[in-house]
Amino acid sequence: MSIQVRNISKRFGETTVLDNVNLTVHSGELIALLGPSGSGKTTLLRIIAGMERADTGTVLLDGHESLTQNAGARRVGFVFQHYALFKHMSVFENVAFGLRVRPKKERLSDKEIHRKVMQLLALVHLDKFHDRHPSQLSGGQRQRVALARALAVEPKLLLLDEPFGALDAKVRKELRRWMRRLHDEIHVTSIFVTHDQEEAMEVADRVVVMSNGRIEQVGSPGDVYHQPANSFVYDFLGNYNVFEGWKDTEGKTHLLEYETREEDSSPPPAPTAPSGWMKRYPEITGLLHKILPSLVPGVPSLLPPPKKKPRPTPNQGKPIKLFARPHELFVAKTPDDHEYVLATVTHINPAGPLVKIEMERRNGAALTAEVPKEVIDMLSISKNDQIYVRPKNTRIFEGG
Amino acid sequence: MIKSASYTIEPLFMRLLLSLIAILFIGIFVALPLSVVFAEALSKGWRAYMDALMTEDARSAIKLTLLVAAIAVPCNVVFGLAASWAITKFEFVGKRLLITLIDLPFSVSPVISGLIYVLLFGTGSVLGGWLEEHNLQIIFAVPGLVIATIFVTFPFVARELIPLMEEQGTEAEEAAVMLGANGWQTFWHVTLPNIKWGLFYGVLLCNARAMGEFGAVSVVSGHIRGLTTTLPLHVEILYNEYNFAAAFAVASLLTMLALFTLLLKSIIEYYFPHEVKAF
Amino acid sequence: MAFPIKLKQSSVIPGFSLALGFTLLYLLLIVLVPLSGLFIKTSTLQWQSFIDTITAPRVMAAYKISFLISFLAALVNMVFGLIVAWVLVRYRLPLKKILDAMIDLPFALPTSVAGIALSTLYAPHGWIGKLLTPYGIQLAFNPAGIAIALIFVGLPFVVRTVEPVLQDMDKELEEAAMTLGATRWQTFTKVIFPYIMPALLTGFAMAFARGLGEYGSVIFIAGNMPMVSEIVPLVIITKLEQYDYAGATAIALTMLIISFLLLLTINMLQRWNSARMVHD
Repeated sequence: MSIQVRNISKRFGETTVLDNVNLTVHSGELIALLGPSGSGKTTLLRIIAGMERADTGTVLLDGHESLTQNAGARRVGFVFQHYALFKHMSVFENVAFGLRVRPKKERLSDKEIHRKVMQLLALVHLDKFHDRHPSQLSGGQRQRVALARALAVEPKLLLLDEPFGALDAKVRKELRRWMRRLHDEIHVTSIFVTHDQEEAMEVADRVVVMSNGRIEQVGSPGDVYHQPANSFVYDFLGNYNVFEGWKDTEGKTHLLEYETREEDSSPPPAPTAPSGWMKRYPEITGLLHKILPSLVPGVPSLLPPPKKKPRPTPNQGKPIKLFARPHELFVAKTPDDHEYVLATVTHINPAGPLVKIEMERRNGAALTAEVPKEVIDMLSISKNDQIYVRPKNTRIFEGG
Repeated sequence: MIKSASYTIEPLFMRLLLSLIAILFIGIFVALPLSVVFAEALSKGWRAYMDALMTEDARSAIKLTLLVAAIAVPCNVVFGLAASWAITKFEFVGKRLLITLIDLPFSVSPVISGLIYVLLFGTGSVLGGWLEEHNLQIIFAVPGLVIATIFVTFPFVARELIPLMEEQGTEAEEAAVMLGANGWQTFWHVTLPNIKWGLFYGVLLCNARAMGEFGAVSVVSGHIRGLTTTLPLHVEILYNEYNFAAAFAVASLLTMLALFTLLLKSIIEYYFPHEVKAF
Repeated sequence: MAFPIKLKQSSVIPGFSLALGFTLLYLLLIVLVPLSGLFIKTSTLQWQSFIDTITAPRVMAAYKISFLISFLAALVNMVFGLIVAWVLVRYRLPLKKILDAMIDLPFALPTSVAGIALSTLYAPHGWIGKLLTPYGIQLAFNPAGIAIALIFVGLPFVVRTVEPVLQDMDKELEEAAMTLGATRWQTFTKVIFPYIMPALLTGFAMAFARGLGEYGSVIFIAGNMPMVSEIVPLVIITKLEQYDYAGATAIALTMLIISFLLLLTINMLQRWNSARMVHD
């Protein structure tokens, strides 16, 4: 079933919950509606399901306007956040419910129903639990029953409202993978709502990022992560660091309050008087000077320090904000020609494939970098160290 | 007026029908009897109404009702506090049984509630002989009324306080004791402020029932006019004498008390919903 | 010497002995001693005369009337109480608050006041009575009157036990049923009704128990004719007035035992009800 959402708007009293939303879902897709609470994602889901009515706009299911049909006729399956299982019925009866309430003409025989239900329960690996009651099941098991129940009526569209929200992390991860595999097997058009961006990215074919009743971006997980359309999407889909900067007249971006090697706060080492042979062979000393300082920092320079590059003045440029992901930061113990900022390490979190370094700049701003363990070891960075940080790739959004 | 259509609601005609049935049911069974009381009370005019309330018998009935309540309610308050203290602040064997015992009067017919005291204190009973010797009268006298009323109304305060105090737990009291407070101080300064609205609510219900009890009091009173008739009994006497207007006049007093109780009850439920277990 | 069974968990809070002691004393004096007086009195009866008393035709008729009509009244309250609770919880009506407060009136009104009001209302010349007399229907001074009175006193029980359960019920359960294709009626019978059943039964049992023992509201409207419209409490009082203490006691005892059984049943139902309400 394909879905066309056209110009859907809805208000609850004073608040606009959905603002002129448009969306196309292709048959067989697995879509995630991702956003913070209050973004309107659940309301949109419920409108597609027919459980709520929009103020304006239409929803077309397979090209047909569906506002007049009830959800049963729409062949829409719905899985609730808290499962909504019928506590007084067994697992079997729960799953069979949709088949039992069909009008006499359409109803299958008891034998048929039994076969179908057990088939579904086998699909969700709960066939041995068919005569248990929901209260005897774990959260993950209940969720699977809810899913089986929705699938029993062979819906053409499957809607899931924060299906894994009430489960703990490990179970969530398992069920995520399981749902992806199930979808690959069954190919029912599915839309699920989540506020967990990791979940959306891992499971969905396409992600719809929503905020304040509007769709911010629609795209594959890769698209929305690497090519975010605006700062909201960027922010929502992962951590980031902000650097204040400015653009000079040539369009080059600079960091505000940066340090480079020339700006190193430690005073330049006092030049020692060149000894005899060095005076006689300035070319050699010049060469030595060029090589030695970069290999062995701290060697007193034998020649007077090179002329400083004139530092471009910030006042002439347009102020901007530069965004970089934690893994896009480069750290060093001493600066080179690039623009760095100075920060003090406040915390190192070694858990995980990348080591997380939390830092604080002199102006109080916080930075987070994710760096391979080898780099930490090589630079021997530890807490309270002063290190230099610069963003490798940055993103700039208009309007800061 | 009726809630706007949403996904899980029945069709409009069904809603109208059900609402109508509900309103009619309440109207017929509650509103009408209520109106009858006042209509009949005033059927002979204000003068007659006031006169009915001013008779010797009516006034002594009022006094007696107030007296009985004034004794029974405080006794039951003390009981309620003691029982809920024991039950909610401690764990002990037999707690369940105790709670069931406290609920007993609710399941016993008022007539039986009166009967047991007649058997205990009446002539021919074990204590009856002893009482007669000492010229003490319990049944067919005010003490009997008080005891019967106590029996019928003692659960109210306790039933109100027990769930409330159960929910509040024991931490506050334990903290107070650790800080050096003794039992009374803990109770007075820590527990009591927390339960004051529940207590008031319980007193309200206890009082309403104490002043309105009929069956049990009827059995122990002997119906001696002017001496052992409370207001509810006086209503019966007047009615049986076909003195309808007067009977309803007295009844209207009791009804106003009931309405006032309900009003206070609603107010407390509205402002302190967490501190009262309704009903 | 330590007690083999732990009777009470230790606690730092003082006052246990005092509180429990007073409570038990109070209960002993007010409840247990008088109740045992009842049992002692009964034991003075010969077994045979005990049986004769409680099986006398008039008494048997009274049992039948009390039980049957209490049952019917509780049934009526179950049906209409459910409707009232439904309307109060789910619909928005004008003056709903007043309607809600009125439900408690039967609980707060003295029974004799209720009795004379109902009797006046349904008597042949009463407001309702005179509307029905042309049709030959009389609802007072006969068993029908008893039913009316018992419906009145039992009214709050079902409403008040069902209301919180309905309120608490998750809307998603109904939504789930409807997404699975159930009609509104199917949703009600298969999902909603099973959910509120414990509360309904609890309310029914409470209304039934109350009806059995009711006296004041009934005697004015009942007619009180032996074998026809005489309830058990009235039989007890009649025997008392005739100084047949033994007879009164015998009948009272049987009522007491039944009430106690009902109390236990209600307690069990209440626990079943609250167990159902626990959310996972």
